[in-house]
Amino acid sequence: MAEFPFYLFAFLTVVAAAGVVVNRNAVNAAICLLVSFVGMAALFVLLEAYFLAVLQVLVYAGAVAVLFLFIIMLFDVKGGDPRKPYKKIAAGSGLVALALLTTGLLSLAKHGQLVSADPATVPAAGANLKTFGYQLFTTYLLPVEVTGFLLLIAMLGVVVLSKKHLEETEARSQHSGGKV
Amino acid sequence: MNLFLQIPPVVLGLLKGLAVICVIFPIAGACSMAERKVSAWLQGRFGPNRVIVPWFEWIPFLGRGLQRLGVFNLLADGGKLLFKEDPLPGHVNKFYFMIAPAIAIIPAFTTVVVVPFGAYIDQAGQVVPLMLANVDVGLLAVFAIASLGIYSMILAGWASNSKYPFLGSVRASAQLVSYELSLTLSVLPVFLWVNAPGTGASLSLVRVVAFQSLPGFWGGTWFIFLMPVSAFVFLIALFAETNRLPFDMIESEADLVGGFHTEYGSFKWSLFFVAEYAHMTVGSGVFVLLFFGGWNPLPWLPIGTFFGWLGLVQSAGQFSYAIAITQGVLSIAIFLAKVLFMIFFFMWVRWTVPRFRYDQVMRIGWRRLLPLALANVVVYAIVIALLQGD
Repeated sequence: MAEFPFYLFAFLTVVAAAGVVVNRNAVNAAICLLVSFVGMAALFVLLEAYFLAVLQVLVYAGAVAVLFLFIIMLFDVKGGDPRKPYKKIAAGSGLVALALLTTGLLSLAKHGQLVSADPATVPAAGANLKTFGYQLFTTYLLPVEVTGFLLLIAMLGVVVLSKKHLEETEARSQHSGGKV
Repeated sequence: MNLFLQIPPVVLGLLKGLAVICVIFPIAGACSMAERKVSAWLQGRFGPNRVIVPWFEWIPFLGRGLQRLGVFNLLADGGKLLFKEDPLPGHVNKFYFMIAPAIAIIPAFTTVVVVPFGAYIDQAGQVVPLMLANVDVGLLAVFAIASLGIYSMILAGWASNSKYPFLGSVRASAQLVSYELSLTLSVLPVFLWVNAPGTGASLSLVRVVAFQSLPGFWGGTWFIFLMPVSAFVFLIALFAETNRLPFDMIESEADLVGGFHTEYGSFKWSLFFVAEYAHMTVGSGVFVLLFFGGWNPLPWLPIGTFFGWLGLVQSAGQFSYAIAITQGVLSIAIFLAKVLFMIFFFMWVRWTVPRFRYDQVMRIGWRRLLPLALANVVVYAIVIALLQGD
C-alpha cells in the first residue's frame, strides 16, 4: 500500500511524457509536459527531497513550461506535417531508441533485480536545505558552473540571433523607402 | 476535546483544510463587494445601497444600515452568478475552456496550506503557530504553487479562440514570469537575516515572525523598517503577480474588452475572480508575515507580552484549552485585521493610480524593479555578513 503513490505518480509521469511525443497539437503537448513535470515533483516528494520538488514546480512547471506555451501561442505553431509522418531522421532515431531499450531489457534479464545501496548509507543531500546548498557549492561545483556557463552561452546566442533579425528588418525598411 | 484528538490524521487534515477554505472563500467573495464600496467612497459616490432582504427593513436602524452598506448586495450578486445561464461559445476548445476556471481556483487555495495565520502559547512559553503544514520550504512552496495559477489565464485565453482573450493570455505569460524574478529576489535579504549562523536552514514563515518578536529594540523591529526596499519591491511585484491595477494588463478592459475572460460568463467567470481575490488574500498574508510582524499586535510588542497584559497565560499545572483557544482566536483576529488592511490598500491603489501601458509594465519590471532587487540583495548580503559573521 505504501508503494501505491509511487506507482500512481510514476504512471502519470510516463503517460504524460509519452503524450508530449505523441500529441499532434502543440498546446496539448506542452500541457502534457507540464503534467509530467508535476508528476516528477510528486516523485521527489515521495523521496523526501522536498526542496528539489518545490524547485521542480517553481522553475520547470512555473516558468519553463509557461515560456514553451508563450512561444507556441506567439508563433501559432501547428503540429508536425501530417503528410510526411515518416521521415528518415525519425526512422533513424526510432532505431537507436529501440536498440537502447533492447539493451536495457537484455541487461535487466541477465542481471536480474538491480541491487540498490542500503538507504541508510546514502547521504541525504536533498532533504535538508543547508546540506543541499553546501553540496551544490562544494562537491558538485563543477557541474553547476558548467551548466551555468552553458545557459549563459545559450542566452548570448539568443541575443545575437535576435539582433541579426533586427538589422535585416532595418535594412529592408531603408531599402523600401521607410515602409515596412 | 479527547474525541477531537482521536480522529485519524488524514481526516483531521481534511477537516482543517475545509475550515480554512470556509474562511478564505467568503473573504474572497466579500472582497468583490468591498471593492465596489471602496471605489464608491474614493470617487465620492454611494456605491451599492439598494438591495435588502424582505423583513429586514422591519428591523429599526440596523436593517437600513446594512442596506446602506450594501451587505445584501453580496447575496444578490452570488445568486445572480450562480443561477445565470452559463454560455459555452461554439468556437472554443471545450476541454480547456471548462478546466481553466478550476485551474485558477486550485493553486489559489492550495497556497494557504503553508501560510501560518495565528499562534497560541503553550505551557513552556513557546509560541505554537496555527497552520496546516509547517514545512521547511515554506515560502518557496507558496511561490511554486502560486506560479501554477498562470495556466488558468493562458489556457482560458487560448481556448477562447478569439483575438482579445488571446492577447490577454500572451501578456499574462510574459508579465507573470517577468515579475516572479523580482518577487523571489526581494525576499532573499529577509531569509539571509533569519537564517543566522548556527540556526539551521529554513524558509519557514514561522521563523520570520519569530525573528520579529524578539526582545529588545532591534529584535522587535518589524522587517518593513529594517528592509524597506525589499518590502517595496515585494509589494510592486505582488501587484503584478496578482494581476491588480495598475498592472492588470491581462484583463485591461480599456483595450482588451475583458482580457482573458472575455468569453466567460456566470459562475465560471466568478471563479476567476474568487481566485484573484484568494491570491490577493494569501499574498497580503505573506506580506504581513514577512514585513508587518505577522500576528504581533504592534512593533516592539510581541504577542506573548500582549497576552501577558491580558492575563491570558497558561498556568504551570494543567493545560487550559479555553486560554489556548482565546489566544488563537485573538492572534487570528490581529493577523486578519492586518491582511484586510492590505486588501484595502490594494483597492485604494487600484482606484487611485491609472493603468500602465504594456511596454511600461515590461520596462518597469526588467529595467527598474529587477536591478533594484538585485542591488538590494547585494547590499543586504554584505551588511548581514558584517553583522552576523564572526
